[in-house]
Amino acid sequence: MTRYIFQRLLQAIPLLFIISLILFILMMNMGDPVATMGGRQATRPADRIRLTRQLGLDQPGWKQYLFWLIGNDWTKVDMDGDGTRESPGTRRGVLRGDFGTSLVKRGVPVTSVIWERLPNTLILMIASEVIIILGALLIGVYSALRQYSLMDNTITAFSFIGYSMPIFFVALLSMYIFGVLFKRWGLPYLPTVGMFDPKVGKTVGQVALHMVLPVLSISLISFAAYSRYIRSTMLEVMSQDYVRTAKSKGLPRREVVYVHALKNAALPLVTIIGLDLPLLLGGAVVTERIFAWPGMGRLFLDHVSRSDMPVVMGILMMISVAVVVFQLITDVAYAWLDPRIRYE
Amino acid sequence: METTAAEPPKPATGVVHLTPDELETPPLTLRQLAWRRFKRHKMAMFGAVMIVILFLYAFGGALVISESYANQTDTKLRLQPPSASHPFGTDTVGRDVLARTIYGGQISLMIGLFAVLIEVSSGVLIGAFAGYYRGKVDALLMRFTEAMINIPEIFLLIVMAKFFGNKLPDVNILGRTLSGSVVIIILIIGLTSWMYLARIVRAEFLSYREREFVLAARAIGTSNREIIFRHILPNSIAPIVVAATLGVASAILAEAYISFLGLGVQPPTATWGNMLDGANNYLESAPWLWFFPGLLILLTVLSINFLGDGLRDALDPRSRAA
Repeated sequence: MTRYIFQRLLQAIPLLFIISLILFILMMNMGDPVATMGGRQATRPADRIRLTRQLGLDQPGWKQYLFWLIGNDWTKVDMDGDGTRESPGTRRGVLRGDFGTSLVKRGVPVTSVIWERLPNTLILMIASEVIIILGALLIGVYSALRQYSLMDNTITAFSFIGYSMPIFFVALLSMYIFGVLFKRWGLPYLPTVGMFDPKVGKTVGQVALHMVLPVLSISLISFAAYSRYIRSTMLEVMSQDYVRTAKSKGLPRREVVYVHALKNAALPLVTIIGLDLPLLLGGAVVTERIFAWPGMGRLFLDHVSRSDMPVVMGILMMISVAVVVFQLITDVAYAWLDPRIRYE
Repeated sequence: METTAAEPPKPATGVVHLTPDELETPPLTLRQLAWRRFKRHKMAMFGAVMIVILFLYAFGGALVISESYANQTDTKLRLQPPSASHPFGTDTVGRDVLARTIYGGQISLMIGLFAVLIEVSSGVLIGAFAGYYRGKVDALLMRFTEAMINIPEIFLLIVMAKFFGNKLPDVNILGRTLSGSVVIIILIIGLTSWMYLARIVRAEFLSYREREFVLAARAIGTSNREIIFRHILPNSIAPIVVAATLGVASAILAEAYISFLGLGVQPPTATWGNMLDGANNYLESAPWLWFFPGLLILLTVLSINFLGDGLRDALDPRSRAA
């Protein structure tokens, strides 16, 4: 097993290298970050040249990538923007944990820009994932035990709708129903945008209240895939010999279903959760935009629109690393949970 | 046929008698079998009918309502709720939402179809070469595929939309002048979605290349190109058709997402996606702005998913085992 993990980690290195290369090439045409630096006024041509040189944007692409990857403290760079390279560089490069500094928020390291927003996305993501798993287990087991019943067929139809639903449509509908219509009808209504009411402040209750609609929207569209999956694994497990044995020795049905069958049926779920968790980071882009949630997705959109290459690159690399790492954790966890699986 | 109908054969004693009808019925071809399985799939039939209706709506509607009407602005009529003259209401600059869903539908459906064309051609080519040649080609192509899969699609779309920018001049398709961004969106959706298809095709090629018919073809000196495209590819057409059908749905969704974020097709060309851009500012005051395009996207994606599911059962029954 140790050997397997080691092998996988070795394979991850060229993979992440290729990813960073693809992304960096795509970044080369992101637009001019210097153009928006003067605020509302257009940047003066002289300043523009100086800034471009100071930020190292006048260098050829391969050199920018090299500096991004391994830093530039081994060579001389142009710090005052006069066209001559005189002072030693200060960047240490991604390989030594330095993602550079944001171009929009001058001088702030990329890592702290991201760390500031990451918790907001994480609470949204984890809350959604927990609700999705609990809900999907409930729906999946229920419809597997009553296969082809009216309820099962209805659930099947609804899962297709949920599966085809664009997140913004669910989000807008739920905002309209629970935020607008409920208010109009004089019912207690839910807040639709932001993370907390500025008048009340960032309290636990406020954040929880503001989380309801985003979490509901994310869960509604994800229930479908998860519950279908549990339904099919549950159906498979229920027809196995050991379940029949458990039934025939007179165990209560509840125990057979929830202790004997569900344990094995829920096992493959580990795989989907592991692959989906990092993707939820990405799925949050649209959700966070609609609900004005100050998370990573919105950070990404804001900085893309202002061509802040280091931050955009940092977010993308972080997510790619998360995807690769979670794939490995998933495989290892699955083998640990299910001793029938052996990796060579 | 007519002769047997006129002269029924005499039944021989002791031999099982077959009616003329049973004698005449030729065995079902693969296509007929698939069609029979497909017809039994009620949801797939529903999906197919809905798709025809949606296409009629988008392309037939254009015969009734002109494009200039769909792009005609009248600020006196802005944000009118649905009424007899504007069944779906009007938008922020007074354009008729119904007319725009018709013309937007054309673009959205077209983007879906053309993006899948790019997706299928790149996915099939990459998958086929990787699976057929194996070795270094395979390792190289699959590392690239894996790298692309590991970047979540929405991020890739946004970054690519930025990369290509909106610098293309307006183009003429089907007699309509469209913003050049339509072409870019088709391209980037196609280029960010081929990875799963490439993996499917590669797996197919890996197994087929070891089969006897390929060996036979090679023995008589058939070129690699012929073997790939004439011998192996037709055998793996079923999973490709299924993936392509479902791909249209994801392409339409991708267009909606990226246009919703304001990075997609630029106005005045309407799409179902960019009609939703900024609609959440009118959540309370003008729900018709986002409801109708959103509903149309949902219906289209839902119908295509139904259809794809039915096609999978009909063409590729084994894949259902899991």
